[in-house]
Amino acid sequence: MIKRLLGIIPVVFGVISLTFFLIHAVPGDPVEVMLGESASNADRMEIRAELGLDQSIYVQFGVYLNKLVHGDLGVSIHSRKPIMDMLEERLPATFKLAALALLFAILCGLPLGIIAAINAKKWPDQLANLLSLTVSAMPHFWMGPMLMMVFALWLGILPVSGMENATSIILPALTLGFGLAAILTRMTRASMLEVLNEDYIRTAYAKGLPEHTVILRHALRAALMPIITVLGLQLGSLLAGAVITETIFSWDGIGWLLVESIEKRDYLVTQACVLVVALVYVIVNLFTDLIYTKIDPRVRFLK
Amino acid sequence: MRIKNWPVWILGLWFVAGLVSSLNDFNSNQIHLDLILEKPSFQYLLGLDDLGRDILPRLMAGARVSFLVIFLVTTVTASMGIILGLVSGYYGGWIDRTLMQITDIFLAFPGILLAIAFAAVLGAGLSNLILALCITSWVGYARLTRGQVLSLRQRQHVVAAQSLGASTPRIMLKHILPLIAAPLLVEATYSMAALVIAEASLSFLGLGIQAPNASWGAMLRDGVRYMLIAPHYVLVVGLSLMSLVLAVNVLGDRLRDQLDVRG
Repeated sequence: MIKRLLGIIPVVFGVISLTFFLIHAVPGDPVEVMLGESASNADRMEIRAELGLDQSIYVQFGVYLNKLVHGDLGVSIHSRKPIMDMLEERLPATFKLAALALLFAILCGLPLGIIAAINAKKWPDQLANLLSLTVSAMPHFWMGPMLMMVFALWLGILPVSGMENATSIILPALTLGFGLAAILTRMTRASMLEVLNEDYIRTAYAKGLPEHTVILRHALRAALMPIITVLGLQLGSLLAGAVITETIFSWDGIGWLLVESIEKRDYLVTQACVLVVALVYVIVNLFTDLIYTKIDPRVRFLK
Repeated sequence: MRIKNWPVWILGLWFVAGLVSSLNDFNSNQIHLDLILEKPSFQYLLGLDDLGRDILPRLMAGARVSFLVIFLVTTVTASMGIILGLVSGYYGGWIDRTLMQITDIFLAFPGILLAIAFAAVLGAGLSNLILALCITSWVGYARLTRGQVLSLRQRQHVVAAQSLGASTPRIMLKHILPLIAAPLLVEATYSMAALVIAEASLSFLGLGIQAPNASWGAMLRDGVRYMLIAPHYVLVVGLSLMSLVLAVNVLGDRLRDQLDVRG
């Protein structure tokens, strides 16, 4: 476990270096690009000094690291607010959205996958397969508008966008959750099918246990392991999907902040958003691994 | 012409549409101010967009862009990833550790986040979009190749070739690569579906090819704006994109089952 913890240090360091490098991938002078042509020379000098662009790249990286350790991500060129404050404002909205999307995906994907596995090769299985394939082929920027068109514009039962109402979260969460639900359905089906062929399942049936006990108690518990791993990995795709989903629904989270910062060429904010999302993803995966070893005795005994 | 082969037909349609569009553009940027958001008719089969441009030739131009991007990016990233994976898996040691560390870092950025970031700082435009996708999508090929090579390295036919004095490139190309072609093909198919979505996502965010030239992502963004008064616009583009992704994914599933590749 300690080995796993130490293992993320080079990854975190690499992630920080790569996001640091982002600013230097701007063609030409980043200050020129960010401020535009109308900026005064004094402004340019100020920003240049603030970013340390007048120093060597090693010094810049050192300064960047040092600031990062102290929780300082710099100041937005556009709004002059500390980026850390902006992230703190926006992150909870994204977490809320991702959590609801995840909940929806689990409530939808797990039962569908189980039903598909029990009825393998029959019509419920084929229907579930068709559904999950179709949904997987719908990117967020197509799913979102379709849901918006049906539920907000035609039926008029949910708000179009924004976050004023309590129900505003439903459409973006559905948009974000559908894709994951499709993956989860396929994963659960495959995992359950493997387990259902095991001897102890036959034994459980032979003992005369009712079907739901065998499926839920004996089979699902064993099938859950690979599903949890996939969930951990897919949480990242939720965060990436939030970029487009939040933009469509004007959901005031970190994804929308990222897109706004790109439009305003406020690249320090872009950099910070990318860094934070990647770090969250690394931490989530670490936790998934730890949970995995905690609940699967086989993994523990192997060590 | 069997109905079971529909994914191949859709892929063919995509290719032909792109090809025809690169031979004859059919004035895809021509504006008819009197026909803005006009519904489909016999003259304009798919209707007109928000600037009164014919949607059909624009859809074909978008197919051309996405085909070009997917073809280029797949060629570059597959060769790059396969070469890196071969070297890494075959030699092992510090080369392998370094490369795996680098792929770990790239994998720490979920989905198309890194591609968005690179496309954003590089600036909008088709070549930068291709560059951004190339930087970020070689990792899958490298990991897969490396894993496969590791399990093949000690096989008898490889050891035999080594002891007969075959050169390392020869062993890699003649004795290892053919054996891992099947999983790589499946990986390439799935990765192409992801690339179609990635290209459209980036252009949806305004990071791809620039106006007035057409791309599916940008068309979708415009279509969404007018989806109440002219639903045909967003539906035509969205359904095209969806059927393409669906076709490629189904093709990937079938290849996987037929070539008996696991995972």
